[in-house]
Amino acid sequence: MNAPAAGLSPPQTRRILSIWLPAMAMDRWRQGASERREFDDKPLVLIADTAHGPRIEAANRAGAAAGARAGMMLADARTLCPQIVTAPYDPAGDLAFLEKLAVWAQRWGPWSAMDAPDGLLVDVTAVPHLFGGENGLVADVAQAFARRELTMRCAIAPTAGAAWALSHHAAPGSIIGGRGDEDIMRALSSLPVAALRLDQDVVTVLRRLGLKQLGELTTIGRDAIQRRFRNRKSPAANPLIRLDQLLGRVPEPLLPVVPQQMPLVQRRLLEPIRHRQLLDQVVEDLAEDMARELEGRGEGARRLELGLWRVDGEVTVRRLELAAATREAAHIVRLFAAKLDDIDAGFGIEMLRLRASWAEPLALEQGDIEAAAENHGIALSALVDRLTVRLGEGAVSRPVPFASHIPERAQRWHPPLEPESASQGQLAFHKRPLKMLDRAEKIAVLYATPDGYPQRFRWRGEVHEVTRVEGPERIAPEWWRERGATRLRDYYRIEDQRGRRYWIYRLGIVGDGRGGAPDWYLQGLCA
Amino acid sequence: MSQPDLSSLPTTAFEDVATLSARRSARWRPGLAVQQGKALHSEIFASSREGAGAGAALALALDDWRNTPRGEGQEAEDRRSVLWVQTHDAARLGGRPYRAGLPKDLQARVIHVLAEKAEDALFAMEEGLRCRELAFVIGEMSGNPKALDFTASRRLTLTAQKHGVPLFLLRVDAGRDLSSARMRWEVTSAPSNTAEWNAQAPGEPAWKAELFRARSHAPGEWLLAETGTRLTASKAREDADRAVANWTAGLQHRRMPRRA
Repeated sequence: MNAPAAGLSPPQTRRILSIWLPAMAMDRWRQGASERREFDDKPLVLIADTAHGPRIEAANRAGAAAGARAGMMLADARTLCPQIVTAPYDPAGDLAFLEKLAVWAQRWGPWSAMDAPDGLLVDVTAVPHLFGGENGLVADVAQAFARRELTMRCAIAPTAGAAWALSHHAAPGSIIGGRGDEDIMRALSSLPVAALRLDQDVVTVLRRLGLKQLGELTTIGRDAIQRRFRNRKSPAANPLIRLDQLLGRVPEPLLPVVPQQMPLVQRRLLEPIRHRQLLDQVVEDLAEDMARELEGRGEGARRLELGLWRVDGEVTVRRLELAAATREAAHIVRLFAAKLDDIDAGFGIEMLRLRASWAEPLALEQGDIEAAAENHGIALSALVDRLTVRLGEGAVSRPVPFASHIPERAQRWHPPLEPESASQGQLAFHKRPLKMLDRAEKIAVLYATPDGYPQRFRWRGEVHEVTRVEGPERIAPEWWRERGATRLRDYYRIEDQRGRRYWIYRLGIVGDGRGGAPDWYLQGLCA
Repeated sequence: MSQPDLSSLPTTAFEDVATLSARRSARWRPGLAVQQGKALHSEIFASSREGAGAGAALALALDDWRNTPRGEGQEAEDRRSVLWVQTHDAARLGGRPYRAGLPKDLQARVIHVLAEKAEDALFAMEEGLRCRELAFVIGEMSGNPKALDFTASRRLTLTAQKHGVPLFLLRVDAGRDLSSARMRWEVTSAPSNTAEWNAQAPGEPAWKAELFRARSHAPGEWLLAETGTRLTASKAREDADRAVANWTAGLQHRRMPRRA
């Protein structure tokens, strides 16, 4: 372990605020609707369906008093308290709620991270004086969460691990100061080992070893623990890594929550529209709004979603993907026009919303002057967009090389404006045909077995006499991709009596033990 | 060109006639783009049984492209892409472009469009002609679809002229219908020249091209071949090329009668 050299004090101790919401799922359910508050003093549990029946994920105060616990099966809880009320548990919604909460928690510091499933970490380094000291900050946090009616415990410590341990296992609002790891260890030594954020089975092992408090871990020596817990990959399975993180000896990277807003514009209409002409007008207005919005952010849209809300509550969404970032209103309108042909307005459309769900940075540039666009034509990305909208996904593509010896596999089709990945160059003596058939066509060939030159062949009902031939170019099957019985190919470049040039191959060779007489195929047409 | 006895005619009309006749008399030859600019709308009739049509179309397009004088303010090297539009039928009959077999200059720049119907292919070609970032457009359509009538080809000609992007429309297995294309070719394969190192092998490709309808050229027939990066056209068929020494047993060399 590389502890910081003694005598060198860290320049500025970090201060991390850890917030734990012990009853977040239940609090969130309770705030979902006003009538749900009536259940405050009735036993209520949130349940999730499992293979063995419904299981309790959270219980309210009355439910806990009646004997329901998280992790219990509902049937067991019903035997203890038959009048228990259930509601569905929503983990995805809870996570989204926590994410919003993390952004909201940036009122106490410039940087916050989620501590899933029910905690937050906020970096409050150099911030507390704005709230009148750290006690003032903790009081402010408590007040803000009380206003939102969320149960909360929080703590401030120099490391995320220590703050987490305090918020979960110490008195609410506890603060530890100090600079070195001895100070932290002294303050935390009486906490249980579960405060190390370990997996449940590791905690069980530690308990069986008789190590119940954090302070006891240091008494038996580092080597003993290192020998016992050898998993170095997962920090949650190794008490030593967790202990070092808690004491600040090794860094613990955390992923900050960065709020991102999609550019979104919408129009609510006084009078529902039922005609295409008006719809086009509104879409044009929306596209102009969107162009302004994107220009303000210095971005261009790559994917746009147009939602149309009908009077009867039906929502139609039309998606558009663009080959390059753009914020040209006329271009967007034109592309959407092709997608709006089959819209059924019903009794009318009362709201339209345009959202850029994928935007990329696009520098400001001088716009086309009206006449210039007319004379100089459109840009390549605009062409690709127009073709993709009309001809469908995948109709516009570009051949790119792929590392393979098999000719039909050596070329792949990619979206046209993607940057091309690096590849090995083609060998000059490998002459390839100009065009390749989608599937090699079987031909009947007259040749001297086993490996003579082809002399005459029949393809699509016509006989060709071979006058010139070059080959064979032998291409062995790619054993790392194909089955063992795949046969080799001998390719010949041939020219027939009228000068027509082809690329044909013989699949296999007599006596290779992989089938009978070899077949011939015509695969490419040379220029 | 001006003659004194005709000076009584209005000058404009006279000049038009003079230039027109002068142009008419000019035979087509490779590298003509230096003087006359690119051929903006060409049609190439070919059979689906051979790759000659696509090869000749590419050779003609590249010939124009290399010989067009670079205007002022343009980049020294043209790095624009090439649009290759195919209908499903044409792709099924004649195959799709294969990157490793394309001319070196084009390998990284081909954008391929596969259209379900002839209408879609026409739309794609017209949009491509409007694009300023394309060097040329190659279209490939099989048969004589109803959508490709005189009006459609006129539209293509006008668009190509307006934006200066050449179109080479490959007509696979098609009859010579009405069209407003400026140059119309019929291309078949021709026996290739002797390969450099192996007399037995097919050499550099050669095509027999018949220019049967052109607005500013007299019709004619040529043997086109590509040597290196240069397109050459020769009138007479050189018999020496065909007299390949038959030095390998098992290979018979046949002298085929010239096709009409």
